[in-house]
Amino acid sequence: MKYAFFPGCSLESTARPFDLSTRAVCRALGIALEDIPDWACCGSTPAHASSDSLAVALPAFNLQKAQAAGLPVMVACASCYARLRTANHRIGREPEDRRRAERITGRPYDGGVEVRHVLDVLANRLGPDGIRAKVLRPLAGLKVACYYGCLLTRPPEVVAFDDPEHPSCMDDLMAAAGAEAVDWPFRTECCGASLSVTHSGVVGRLAHRLLTMAREAGADCLAVACPLCQVNLDLRQADAAKAHGAFLPMPVLYVTQLLGLALGLSPEALGIDPSTVSSEMPPANRDAGAAGVGGGKS
Amino acid sequence: MEGERDMTQPIPWNGGDLLEEVRRRSGAPVSACFQCHKCSSGCPIGPEMDYLPSQIMRLVHLGAEKEVLDSRSIWLCASCKACGTRCPMAIDIADVMDALRILAIERRIDLPDARGKLFYRSFLGSVRRHGRVYEVGMMSAYKLRIRDLLSDMDKLPRMLAQGKLSLLPHRGGGVRQVREIFRRSEEEDGKS
Repeated sequence: MKYAFFPGCSLESTARPFDLSTRAVCRALGIALEDIPDWACCGSTPAHASSDSLAVALPAFNLQKAQAAGLPVMVACASCYARLRTANHRIGREPEDRRRAERITGRPYDGGVEVRHVLDVLANRLGPDGIRAKVLRPLAGLKVACYYGCLLTRPPEVVAFDDPEHPSCMDDLMAAAGAEAVDWPFRTECCGASLSVTHSGVVGRLAHRLLTMAREAGADCLAVACPLCQVNLDLRQADAAKAHGAFLPMPVLYVTQLLGLALGLSPEALGIDPSTVSSEMPPANRDAGAAGVGGGKS
Repeated sequence: MEGERDMTQPIPWNGGDLLEEVRRRSGAPVSACFQCHKCSSGCPIGPEMDYLPSQIMRLVHLGAEKEVLDSRSIWLCASCKACGTRCPMAIDIADVMDALRILAIERRIDLPDARGKLFYRSFLGSVRRHGRVYEVGMMSAYKLRIRDLLSDMDKLPRMLAQGKLSLLPHRGGGVRQVREIFRRSEEEDGKS
């Protein structure tokens, strides 16, 4: 199993732990990743909200490189994933979008390169059973609220690897890792995404709502699969508590970090940092078997 | 609130120019909206908006360009796509919001809230220069533009300690090609 990997800008900075843990988990599961050479930014929201041409051309530029390598693409960032899938969708269906992308990039592209999210590859290509067989250190007793956010399941005509309103693939992966995936209602509610830059108060309100609901549902931590979700929910906890009321801090980990722990990888190899909120995990939860989650000893 | 329309007053009908412009740019069947308000019910940002998504749709039908392009709502949409996913008429309302932002940037010199526009400009400027986003540079440029250097500075030490911010830009090898893509995209956008 081999993919051309599109890391995206976040994985080089704020989402370093997602980069480390995605690569480590893929290595442990026999998924070979080859970085798209000289990849460029997908354009993200600033492109689709200000230039329709850039929003199609930047993803096409990267997908052409994967096509040249003859490999399907795997993406970790949910926003990059949505942008690459959307460009493929448009280029494949709208002849004018295709012609425009080809004029701008100067190369032919038919929108045909397969683009999958790491969650899709792990849950649907490898499958929970394939992962369960490789679990060395089950996350027994750990209660996880799986948070899918917006772009992994929406819009369904563009992404379509799980149900848009009631996704379950991350829950299945966490169950395979030995954890208990709690039932909770806000799994696809938005965290506010890039409003974190321009209107951070909105993100504080949304983060407060999500984190307190996850706690109410009995979760010890949140599992995410998007750099923006992780940053918004982890970094803004103090702001959220100040503006909307105190709550028990909630560790927010990448699903690949939790999976990696179950596969026997070390917290360091997965970028689990003791200075994230996770180190503040209350003792009751730590005793319940959240081994390693706080960067502690298993 | 300033800019908010007195809903008891009739809105002048401007012949559907705005509706057609938004339909063309967003590719969404804007006129199919029958005001079921499902989008507004599920919108996570609704509490902060001056007009709810379904109200924006109705204002577009009515050709109320001023109300729509001067609204805060079009800049508050997080593009989470809950609205479009649930719309019974398959209208991608987030795409409509994108089209309205682009229109507002083109037709408005002063926006009531320019933070979105300035963030996009800072972000894309970084991509144009480096091929990828250089977050420290991008955020500094943005904060200079909004003249607010201090907000969120409390997050910086922890992010640096975690190795989550790098003080130098990462450069892809394709910077020259990326710049060409930006130049040609501007030409293409100018055609429409």
